Amino acid sequence: MAARAAVSPQTMSAVRHSKAVPASEYLLQIEGMRKEFPGVVALDDVRFALKRGTVHALMGENGAGKSTLMKIIAGIYQPDAGSIRLKGVDIRLDSPLDALENGIAMIHQELNLMNFMTVAENIWIRREPLNALGLVDHARMHRITSELFTRLNIDIDPEAEIRSLSVANRQMVEIAKAVSYESDVLIMDEPTSALTEREVAHLFQIIRDLREQGIGIIYITHKMNELFEIADEFSVFRDGRFIGTHAASDVTRDDIIRMMVGREITQMFPKEEVPIGEVVLSVKDLGLGSTFSGVSFDLRAGEILGVAGLVGSGRSNVAEALFGVTPATHGTIELFGKPETIDSPYKAIRLGMAFLTEDRKETGCFLALGVQENMQMAVLHENFVRGGFVTESAVGEACKQMCATLRVKTPGLGERIENLSGGNQQKVLVGRWLLTQPKVLILDEPTRGIDVGAKAEIHRLVTELARSGVAVLMISSEMPEVLGMSDRVMVMHEGRVTGILDRAEADQVKIMDLAAK
Amino acid sequence: MSTQSTSSASAPLEAVVRRRRWPQEVNILLVLLGIALLFELLGWFVQGQSFLFNYNRLQIMILQVAVIGIIAVGVTQVIITGGIDLSSGSVVAATAMIAASFAQSSDWARVIYPGLTDLPFFVPLLVGLGVGLLAGLVNGSLIAYTKIPPFIATLGMMVSARGISRWYTNGNPVSGFTEDFTMIGDGLGRWMPVVIFLVVALIFHIALRYTRYGKFTYAIGANQQAARVSGINIERHLIKVYAIAGLLAGLAGVVAIARIKTAQAGMGMMYELDAIAAAVIGGVSLAGGQGRITGAVIGALILGVMISGFTFLRVDAYYQDIIKGGIIVAAVVVDQYRQRRRKKS
Repeated sequence: MAARAAVSPQTMSAVRHSKAVPASEYLLQIEGMRKEFPGVVALDDVRFALKRGTVHALMGENGAGKSTLMKIIAGIYQPDAGSIRLKGVDIRLDSPLDALENGIAMIHQELNLMNFMTVAENIWIRREPLNALGLVDHARMHRITSELFTRLNIDIDPEAEIRSLSVANRQMVEIAKAVSYESDVLIMDEPTSALTEREVAHLFQIIRDLREQGIGIIYITHKMNELFEIADEFSVFRDGRFIGTHAASDVTRDDIIRMMVGREITQMFPKEEVPIGEVVLSVKDLGLGSTFSGVSFDLRAGEILGVAGLVGSGRSNVAEALFGVTPATHGTIELFGKPETIDSPYKAIRLGMAFLTEDRKETGCFLALGVQENMQMAVLHENFVRGGFVTESAVGEACKQMCATLRVKTPGLGERIENLSGGNQQKVLVGRWLLTQPKVLILDEPTRGIDVGAKAEIHRLVTELARSGVAVLMISSEMPEVLGMSDRVMVMHEGRVTGILDRAEADQVKIMDLAAK
Repeated sequence: MSTQSTSSASAPLEAVVRRRRWPQEVNILLVLLGIALLFELLGWFVQGQSFLFNYNRLQIMILQVAVIGIIAVGVTQVIITGGIDLSSGSVVAATAMIAASFAQSSDWARVIYPGLTDLPFFVPLLVGLGVGLLAGLVNGSLIAYTKIPPFIATLGMMVSARGISRWYTNGNPVSGFTEDFTMIGDGLGRWMPVVIFLVVALIFHIALRYTRYGKFTYAIGANQQAARVSGINIERHLIKVYAIAGLLAGLAGVVAIARIKTAQAGMGMMYELDAIAAAVIGGVSLAGGQGRITGAVIGALILGVMISGFTFLRVDAYYQDIIKGGIIVAAVVVDQYRQRRRKKS
């Protein structure tokens, strides 16, 4: 990276303060950007350009590379290749602080404010105005905060503690903080996800004011209507690649969806027609607080029901509610025609359910334990235990066979699972649930972050399970996987089911249309 | 954990994975032997006599280790779940005071009431175990159901149990135990506490390695969320683990008073830290999910050998504590280093 000719942040900072910034049509230009993470190329030869005084929306599916690109622009990640030109000058950003000092501020989806400090303290942190004695000058801090808020037309008490503010007001504080850095580039990551309609209107007014002042705003969103309301231009990303930039006025909603999903399905999926049996799981009007509501569907033996939707659409929450991790607050669940209250994972396991969670590290693996310990944990409730003692020989044999069936590559059953590759870890976790011989298998992102070979094997396995009569609910953000594996596809958006498509009628455009309502 | 070859026919060995080394406990045992030999050598040079080959010194050392060791067996299980128990020392004192009041001989009272009989030894023993169990159940329930950190819950118990031990006799010591009862501390040629310690250690070594209780204990410490999704009732299991730790602290209290033949409200001071130190020195990770009873036993022995060795070399007690503190910190530093190396690999 050091080899790249680039102006250091210090120089840029000096240039900025001299106000002698070269005029240029583009505030920000990105060329040839590449970023790899272990096992996955997050960005591949991406370009992007932001004009002065525009709102530029970024669109794309989960994992398309939007967030990675923004994190590079905000100095959080360092790129493997590619250049960043800020107002026509090549720059290098080594840290978020570098980015801030260069006038690039990012407002993250999850807010980064200190709850027990006041609004003013949060905004001017690290840059507090000092008095002659070198102590913080609170009166002046209050005054400059008020001035800032007047300019942005925000009505918040600078002395209020952050924790007493609503989410919308915290968002405003974040924006004010970003503006206080006299930023030229402002990145907003789904800023409206927690706002009411009126708050959104206020936010948009602020965004328009900032645009008037010549600031360039990068706006990440999943909401199509917002794009048409606020954006001047938009860029679409797909699978880590840049697809195109267009003016928002030139296109229709359908055009955008086509750009977002327009990929060939090249991977092979061993979808087999298997006889679909009786209804095994019947869910009616399931809801959990304000997270999701009105979720109803039937799942039959041998059927694979894919669940599509964007991150935050409530898919995983439904799975967790079904499995009793966070029990649902209303609605009914029927298993084999019998109404059941599932208030704990233990109950769900006893009823013949299994749940492969989304996050292998957080909720799946016992990283410090061995392969066998990981595999046997869910089956020890009912089997392989006599008088409290684990029958080591029997459960060891069962795990050994399961490893062979799933082709887990490990030096031994005692090997710590953290020494295995992601794909093999995932197989061990799949094995954990297969040992319990489930009738209903819930898979949440079963192939996320694993290599192509392991992916194919898990697909093959799921198909075989369906053939043997297991009912499968498969949540996935990978469109080809959903389309290739599912008998039906249920699409969710903002905590609601927006449609259930049959295999014959499901395609990428229809799914994306339902997912991005 | 088995290191034997498994389904190697269909699962070829991956070259990238390092081979398993011998268990960490072997390293700790070597440290113990090294320290003992060091004192032996220093003994010959400084004192002109053997450190190890002295029956009385060895017995005193191991008796000291036994009480801390019994506590450490319980605390080790708590630490494996990712928790901590600061209350053991105070629970030892509370148990000791209450159990002691049931262990007193009636020799003097019989002068006036000739019909009085002594309570059999198992009454104070069971009372002591009961008090410890109760303290553990309170700890466990607080942690499981109010979700307060184990540090706070057991800190509260540490202060309260110490208060109970003072309140129970208004701060007066209790002594004059029946001979029956003192056998718990003196029996088998004064080796009884050691036998109790070893039996307790063996029972829980087996429990942790071969029972569902043990598997679930490690699972909760390794990843509580994953344990929950695997159907483990975290709340109920944590209560069990803390109850066992309390029970063992109670047992330690009974054994301690039976050996020293008096109970005082101030006893057991800092035992909780010695027990935690024994576990940590023995390779039980404060991060949870890792460690064995054998490690904690060796850890307790290391502490015992150090104290005994310093006394033997006539090192001032103040220096002993300073050095002990250093050793505990060093053990945690080593643990952290191991964790980091694990994460990197």
